[in-house]
Amino acid sequence: MIRKFILALLVGLPVLCGTAFAADTVKVGILHSLSGTMAISETTLKDVMLMLIDEQNKKGGLLGKKLEAVVVDPASDWPLFAERARELLTQRKVAAVFGCWTSVSRKSVLPVFEGENGLLFYPVQYEGEESSRNVIYTGAAPNQQAVPAVDYLIKDLGVKRFVLAGTDYVFPRTANKIIEAYLKSKGTADTDILINYTPFGHSDWQSIIAEIKKFGSAGKKTAIISTINGDANVPFYKELANQGVSAADIPVMAFSVGEEELSGIDTKPLVGHLAAWNYFMSVDKPANAEFIKKWHAFIKDPKRVTNDPMEAHYIGFNLWVKAVEKAGTTDVDAVLKAVVGLSVPNLTGGTATLLPNHHLTKPVLIGEIQGDGQFQVVWETPGEVPGDAWSDYLPDSKNLEADWTDPINCGNYNAVTKKCGGAAKQ
Amino acid sequence: MSFLHRTLLLPGFPALLLFLSLLCPARAGGLSLSPEALDSLRSSKVADRERALRELGEDASEAAAELLDALRAGDLYVRRDNGDLLILRPGAEEAIFVPGGERTPFADRTLLRKVGISNSQRSAVTVLLNRRLLRHTDADVRRGAVESLRAGDAGDKALLLSLLQNESDTRIRARLEQLLALLGVGDAGASSDDLLRAAAVLGDASLPQAAQALETLKGHRDPRVAAAVDKALYRLRVTADRSDMLETLFFGLSLGSVLVLTSIGLAVTFGVMGVINMAHGELVMLGAYTVWGMQQLLPGRPGTALLLAVPASFLVGGCAGALLERSVIRHLYGRPLETLLATFGISLILQQAVRTLISPMNRAVESPAFMRGMLHITDNFGLTCNRVYILCFCLGVFALIYATMHKTRLGLEVRAVAQNRPIARALGINASRVDTLTFALGSGVAGMAGAALSQLTNVGPNLGQGYIVDSFMVVVFGGVGNLYGTLCGGLVLGLANKLLEPASGAMLAKIILLAGLILFMQIKPKGLFPERGRAAEN
Amino acid sequence: MTERDMPAAGVPAGVRRNVEPQMHEAEGPCMPAGIPGAVPPTDLGIPLTDLTGPLEATPERVLNRSAVVFLGCLAACAFGVAVCGLLPAVYPLHLDAYVVSLLGKYLCFALLALSIDLIWGYLGILSLGHGAFFGLGAYVAGMHLMREIGGRGVYGNPALPDFMVFLNWKSLPWYWQGSDNFLFTCLLVILVPGLAAYVFGRPAFRSRVSGVYFSIITQAVTFALMLAFFRNEMGFGGNNGLTDFKSLLGVNLQSKYMITGLFCASALALGTGYILCRVIVASRLGRVFVAVRDAESRTRFIGYRVENVKSAAFVFSAVLAGLAGALYVPQVGIVNPGVFAPLFSVEMVVCVALGGRGRLYGAVIGALAVNIAKTFFTTALPDVWLFFLGALFVVVTLVLPDGLAGIPDRLRGSLTALKAKSGAGA
Repeated sequence: MIRKFILALLVGLPVLCGTAFAADTVKVGILHSLSGTMAISETTLKDVMLMLIDEQNKKGGLLGKKLEAVVVDPASDWPLFAERARELLTQRKVAAVFGCWTSVSRKSVLPVFEGENGLLFYPVQYEGEESSRNVIYTGAAPNQQAVPAVDYLIKDLGVKRFVLAGTDYVFPRTANKIIEAYLKSKGTADTDILINYTPFGHSDWQSIIAEIKKFGSAGKKTAIISTINGDANVPFYKELANQGVSAADIPVMAFSVGEEELSGIDTKPLVGHLAAWNYFMSVDKPANAEFIKKWHAFIKDPKRVTNDPMEAHYIGFNLWVKAVEKAGTTDVDAVLKAVVGLSVPNLTGGTATLLPNHHLTKPVLIGEIQGDGQFQVVWETPGEVPGDAWSDYLPDSKNLEADWTDPINCGNYNAVTKKCGGAAKQ
Repeated sequence: MSFLHRTLLLPGFPALLLFLSLLCPARAGGLSLSPEALDSLRSSKVADRERALRELGEDASEAAAELLDALRAGDLYVRRDNGDLLILRPGAEEAIFVPGGERTPFADRTLLRKVGISNSQRSAVTVLLNRRLLRHTDADVRRGAVESLRAGDAGDKALLLSLLQNESDTRIRARLEQLLALLGVGDAGASSDDLLRAAAVLGDASLPQAAQALETLKGHRDPRVAAAVDKALYRLRVTADRSDMLETLFFGLSLGSVLVLTSIGLAVTFGVMGVINMAHGELVMLGAYTVWGMQQLLPGRPGTALLLAVPASFLVGGCAGALLERSVIRHLYGRPLETLLATFGISLILQQAVRTLISPMNRAVESPAFMRGMLHITDNFGLTCNRVYILCFCLGVFALIYATMHKTRLGLEVRAVAQNRPIARALGINASRVDTLTFALGSGVAGMAGAALSQLTNVGPNLGQGYIVDSFMVVVFGGVGNLYGTLCGGLVLGLANKLLEPASGAMLAKIILLAGLILFMQIKPKGLFPERGRAAEN
Repeated sequence: MTERDMPAAGVPAGVRRNVEPQMHEAEGPCMPAGIPGAVPPTDLGIPLTDLTGPLEATPERVLNRSAVVFLGCLAACAFGVAVCGLLPAVYPLHLDAYVVSLLGKYLCFALLALSIDLIWGYLGILSLGHGAFFGLGAYVAGMHLMREIGGRGVYGNPALPDFMVFLNWKSLPWYWQGSDNFLFTCLLVILVPGLAAYVFGRPAFRSRVSGVYFSIITQAVTFALMLAFFRNEMGFGGNNGLTDFKSLLGVNLQSKYMITGLFCASALALGTGYILCRVIVASRLGRVFVAVRDAESRTRFIGYRVENVKSAAFVFSAVLAGLAGALYVPQVGIVNPGVFAPLFSVEMVVCVALGGRGRLYGAVIGALAVNIAKTFFTTALPDVWLFFLGALFVVVTLVLPDGLAGIPDRLRGSLTALKAKSGAGA
């Protein structure tokens, strides 16, 4: 048995150490869960990255070298995300990493990327309140999703009462805090806001929907702003439909429900409920049509949908390619210097520009669920909205700014005290 | 490139549409729409639809109603190549051209783009369509139209009064009177007598806005009115409290029925056989996937598929269970802790197998029409249909299992083997066959539970995991080896959860319940209904 | 070679009404009969049921051959890894920080597995919720690391961790008091899991909850804790948990010295834990453990207070688990409610089963083997990982009831049997 132990170590160590061999390719790390609870969302993003890398190689690669995808599986296990990130950076020596979905996975890898000076492209809409030198946030910040959506509800639908229903974790908490502050600044009374948090995967919505129904029957137009996550959505919408709440009575504005999530729901009873994103598959633009065509050809399934985080990876990858070409090297510091201010086309007919706070400019689209599982755009911002890392509606962060260009070069610069917060790299 | 595309296209596009619309005859088939209105239908921007809706609202023709209905249902399309507008109903081969009204066969749907409308436009269309039905000859249709009139939409008093004059149906009259009363309360110039009458009507009203409207009259300067309003409000509150109580009770029973359904199979395999089957949740999941598979086989007939899926899911679960028993569990009898580990491994394999073979994503399972909507008991108290069905299904399954265990030869043998295996064998019972059959029975019931769950929640690889801890707790709480215990345990836990939930929130309710259960089991390890006698002592 | 090879007799714990009669003799949770080549009972010359004889934990009995070999291997490996980890990167034998912290993590899991084996292998208590104690220890350590961040957090608040600033809390809750003190934290790492185990275990053992029932309740406990820690109001960071740690005792967590130091601490803890467990099992208390496992009622009739024995063992095991958790956190850089997930606890139990129960070193081998396999498979064959893990559960219980550590014994056993046969033939 002792021999076994030594043997295990002998077999294990070389595998762990990996082998750093001569770089005739440029390695791109893909850090998405392929098993466990998050596999449902993240597997698609891995496939998109493989498609984008494949395409770039067909165009001749990058800096005269072929790109090589390094796929690892953090198995929806948060400490494993940090471990895998460290492996990608120190063992596999990747030039950039595209990955993570949940906030906690990003928080878990953050110290690794900052410690090892890596480069992460994070493609999902998130709660903000963060700007790291080593992360490019290609998803929406709260002001690129929540605030315009609330504006739409107030102005276009005349909503007076709001139910903020969310899963109990950091994204809904922050989004709801921002929305609450925003609503109060627009004169909504405390009694007209109902906040409700539920556990992950909550499946029995009877009492909550009944409560919402009562809340909504007071004669004022009511809407639900939903930050309900993943698996809890299907029972939520089913119960909503069964208790006779239609989109005409109480519309739901969702921030975490996209095409991919809808593909697991029978959407006929949900027609008219809303979602706010920066991209919808149904957007009728040539760039989008081409992207969808390529995606279907790559995945060999014409029924597969595209969604917002996929577009974020598309933008992020193109940004990285452009920045590497501009810098002439894949060195992280050089790429970070080159990438700020670059613009690439997005899939909805506009352009995405990377701001000094490592966030993008994005259009905000509001879509209504259709019977075929797609969204129909009913409203959009006239132009692109610049992403704001620190919300203007939260008391502790309204004075903070992120700017990764000289002379500030700081992720949480206090505009009042003119000082950079503790976490920033000096 | 795409930017260039955009700038070139944008100014040209409306001009092109205008040109095309000039080619089409604008007035035909009784539908009179201006070219601008037609353009607004063709536009890719939903906000542009307003123009057409305004004109259609003033058009009383049948063709306009048809167009509105098509808009609402999403059956109006525009051809991408030439901008023709046409109505194409699902399954229909003939398209109706707008505004001409010509009917021509049309099959190539790839050429078409749907003319979408927004949520608020859809409500507006519904109001317009309902107004047409207010004077319909069929009383049921009329009632539907009146009930969909909300106080805000009803708007003018004159319309309601004229409707009331011509109405003979008592229920419609009551509804109209309530709407009128609601308008009357809001009317600043209403006399005290009017208000008294309105308060009396609203006190029995089922309209959700009634209480809100009456609140505004509270403490009216006329003491008679104030007293009447207080009385009406009290009546409304009593009704509301009563329906709240009934509602909570129903929610609790319904949650309990889900718990019972998912744990009744476990009560057989764990309670009667003593096998700890951690793959129980995955057998439930297989049952749910059976419903999905059946709906894929029978597209367009979700109801039939669901009904067929119930026995099919029993078979799928049962066969999987028999296989599991024969291949793994058989070798581990008498080692319950190791059964637990082995079946846990099987649950992981089954989950991953579903992910690999079918998809890691959830599957969409349709609810048939009879499972949708509400069953109204009174005007302001209703039960959701799917929950009612599932409650009945749960009781039916329980009765079936109970009868099998206590009224059939198989049940007798199962109990005999469970109580004293050597003597049962000495009496000629094939114990190993009984083991397989019992396990298959328990697993089959788990499959049926999955069929029921497919109507409530996600059908995906993680379906089973959410229920496994709960199911074990229900079985142990009820008392192992006691089917009644499982039924009572599940219903009690469901009720307790729903009684706690309004006060504590969903998350805390679950934690409190779990903590309570743990405490309970530390005091009474044998559960609510402990088995007595020698068999229990082992 | 050790005590485990005694014939199991009497009533085992658990549900067993439909047991094949011929299996009755073989129900010790450790050693089923009917396995070809099972080792015949060898012992130290003391009759099994004799709990009265002189049984002191003398150094010779504690450090028997397997213990010496195991400790020697552990010390040698730890020393080697530590030296290689501190070597500058230019040396060929240099071990990357990534590998060192990975090995440190494995050692923490090994300590957790050891704590499970002590109560499962020797006392027959299967805890499916040992992750709860691991998690409690981890959270205590995480709280200290969180306080150590001080003003370096994103909001720069020296008194409050970031997530509390975010939740608008104005002061530290009472249970966070004192967590900035390192020594106090060390004390809590021992006290909190121990106390929790006592509060939960004592009443359960008093009402004679045993076998499967106990396992199910422990699973419920860890599940309830997971739900509780997911709540943001609990004050432990909700789903994101505690993360973004900077330093421990003023030393940067990312530095090579810190990583190597933590690795050595983990190895030391594992070694000490192993010796303590050996002391227990080699003493009379260990004898009573086995007696309780094999014939609880008889032991009780003889006059032993079984519930006291069980409580004491359970508490000690929980303390070991908590220690493992506390060492785990600084090495992986995050602790979140995932450590309370039932799956994690069951996985650890399977590690013990794979290594071989009732041998202590078996648990360590199992934990190392499973985690090395996990690291390897989730990188190399992510889709296959769960199939592999699942198959491992099934195969180990069906084919290898003695685990990996039992293989040499079984080989020896069949060899002896073969020899005896050929001897008889001749």
